[in-house]
Amino acid sequence: MLAFVLTLVLLLSIVIVLAYAERKVAAFMQDRMGPTEAGPYGSLQSVLDVLKLLQKEDIVPAAADKKLFKLAPILIFAAVFAGFAVIPFTPDLVPAGIGIGVFYLLAIISLDVVGLLMAGWGSNNKYAMLGAMRSVAQIVSYEIPAGLAILAAVMVCQSLDFQEISYQQGAIMNQFPGLEYEMNWLFGIEALGINTTTIGGITTWNIFRAPILLVAFVIYFIASLAESNRAPFDIPEAESELVAGFHVEYSGFRFAILFLAEYSMMVLVSLVAVILFLGSWNTPLPNIGPLSLAYWTTGTVGELSGILWGGFWLLSKTFVLLFLQLQIRWTYPRLRVDQLMHLCWKVLTPIALAVVLVAGIWRLLMI
Amino acid sequence: MLFYIFAALAIVSGAYMVLTRNLLYAGFSLLITLLSVAGIYVLLFADFIAVTQLMVYVGGVLVLILFGIMLSSRVQDKSVLSENVNTVWGALVAGLIVVGLSYSILKANISSLPWLQTTEIDVLGDQKSTVQMIGIKLMTDFVLPFEIASLLLLVALMGAAYIATDRQKV
Repeated sequence: MLAFVLTLVLLLSIVIVLAYAERKVAAFMQDRMGPTEAGPYGSLQSVLDVLKLLQKEDIVPAAADKKLFKLAPILIFAAVFAGFAVIPFTPDLVPAGIGIGVFYLLAIISLDVVGLLMAGWGSNNKYAMLGAMRSVAQIVSYEIPAGLAILAAVMVCQSLDFQEISYQQGAIMNQFPGLEYEMNWLFGIEALGINTTTIGGITTWNIFRAPILLVAFVIYFIASLAESNRAPFDIPEAESELVAGFHVEYSGFRFAILFLAEYSMMVLVSLVAVILFLGSWNTPLPNIGPLSLAYWTTGTVGELSGILWGGFWLLSKTFVLLFLQLQIRWTYPRLRVDQLMHLCWKVLTPIALAVVLVAGIWRLLMI
Repeated sequence: MLFYIFAALAIVSGAYMVLTRNLLYAGFSLLITLLSVAGIYVLLFADFIAVTQLMVYVGGVLVLILFGIMLSSRVQDKSVLSENVNTVWGALVAGLIVVGLSYSILKANISSLPWLQTTEIDVLGDQKSTVQMIGIKLMTDFVLPFEIASLLLLVALMGAAYIATDRQKV
């Protein structure tokens, strides 16, 4: 129960910061100022936006399917929020450390799709319906390259447990029960003979441990943009064609929930990318001879220093990825539907399949 | 206690799915049924099966069903209704299955099965999940059924792609 409340509070604060960052980043990229009035540098803008949304009237269209219309935002947010249950925030803080966390996450995210269909149908509006259809088609298609990229990382790590995958990517790997005698080698190739188990830092991140995962990371990142309906894959919400997509009929608190779910999805996919590919809560600084930077910036597991360092690294890496998502939104124009499907099925999926094969071979070099 | 909640949810939503005339509501109550069955799987220490159930049925089959319902009717329609057909035969077959199942369950005397009395509560032991055991079993004892299933899926995939191709008239 405590984990539930803590995760919710953390998520809400991240989303508030993200909503503010989105406006500021957009403004700076377009040579504007962005919000300036509310608070210093406009920093209270997103808080006020939320307050305004909460005060608005909750409108349910007369012709809508009322039960489905009311249920859909709850289902969408619940599906995304349930994904946070398996995310390890620090070396010893994970809401639910189940052994098949990665698989569970992929499955629970797909519940989101049902909620989108519910919202689109329940609104009884052609724009909402079209938006939901496009969104679902896009999410279902892009789950395949994303799933294959995740599979490549899982094959290298030999685990479906997020916490075990996290421990493998740092200098304190041997503290995890079951990994006491595991070794990390430079680029994962034992034949090179450079043992990085105690060096840690960036050399043990998955993208370094098995450089093929760098390709997998790029594929996953592109696919995750599509899964969270972000530009350049925002055709489900294309304002110029569909008004707003599946949430066109929603207002007030329900719209706030949908908005929150969308931003939570962005945070969730970035967290997963960080955990699977970019070393999770591990520090990027390696131990160099007597300068044991990795140990200094990891803290002690189980104490306050470990929690603070772990949370700091995880969140700062996540924010870098989130910033990249915002930057891409204001850099690339929207794709057409056929370009979207072409990219997914004819470019990303074949590459992802090849990456899975190479990752399997790489794993053989690692032992 | 949790089991009874999940079981009640599964039965109620399953009954609703059968009794409602609205196909779309039937689809959404199927969602609740599948979720509660997944919950029951977790209670039986079958975490992998539970998540696979979510992945395949909720993420795949159910979305496909809903998509099909939504695409095959006009948006203006308030609902998609199903009709009653074959009432006599349907009731007869369903009744026979209920009688047969309850008879065999009542006869079985499950609690005195020898393997049930010797099993321990701690099914998983040191392992964190059943995935490793399932993987080893699939690659050793059950490799032939596994490969046949994958071949079947491949054939189905190729067939679907063949049917869906836009063939030019010669």
